[in-house]
Amino acid sequence: MANIKPRVRIPRKAKAGEVVEIKSLIEHKMETGQRKGKDGKKIPRKIINRFECKFEGDLVFASDWHPAISANPYLAFHMRAEKTGEFEFKWIEDGGAEYVKKAKMTVS
Amino acid sequence: MTETQLTLSRRQALKGASAFALTLVAAGFLAPGAHADAAAVDAAIKKLVKGTPEEGKIKMDLPQIAENGNTVPVAFEVESPMSKDDYVKTVHLFAEGNPSPEVASFYFTPQSGMARASTRMRMAGTQNVVVVAEMSNGKVYMAKQQVKVTIGGCGG
Repeated sequence: MANIKPRVRIPRKAKAGEVVEIKSLIEHKMETGQRKGKDGKKIPRKIINRFECKFEGDLVFASDWHPAISANPYLAFHMRAEKTGEFEFKWIEDGGAEYVKKAKMTVS
Repeated sequence: MTETQLTLSRRQALKGASAFALTLVAAGFLAPGAHADAAAVDAAIKKLVKGTPEEGKIKMDLPQIAENGNTVPVAFEVESPMSKDDYVKTVHLFAEGNPSPEVASFYFTPQSGMARASTRMRMAGTQNVVVVAEMSNGKVYMAKQQVKVTIGGCGG
């Protein structure tokens, strides 16, 4: 996996109290650990096992994933917008590698 | 004459059928334990969730027929005011026919605004998908829906 590219889509602007939708996707094979390679040996499991969304440092939403989550995992969820601030999205891979993406939202 | 032929063909047909069934078993298609089942899901639920699940509150959004088991869209929404003292804490997603029953867990907060999420999952074949929701007051809800899968998603 040379290119593990996280992507998120959030509204740049929101009204206070509005519930906004956040869409996220990360390009990742999500190797299940059950497939066999050409040599007949099992390919070791390597998946993104956790996703976290923080807003201004507070954990707003998180999700644990198992190998049954598809390759290039997509996730959409919601958050109630209350103040202007910055999101931090984090994907954690088996073995501990982290992929982080940040985005700002203005709330009026 | 005709009668004998008929009997013969029926016997042959039966023999053929049982031989086919044996082949299936031998090939491991019907081998027990290869996939999770409803009992495995129940055990997984018991491990993760305290309390007995009730019906209701959960709306599942799944295709009835999925052509490609590699990526089946799944979404759910749990009815809740999502206030500081009444909100959905965790939602677990299970599959009854995959190699392991757990699919994902989602952790919500009152800040979430609504307990809805959508993602995409792998399905080894036609099976039930189970959603279990844990509320902040300790109540547990459950919903189940079957998805028919044309091509399974556990290739290799």
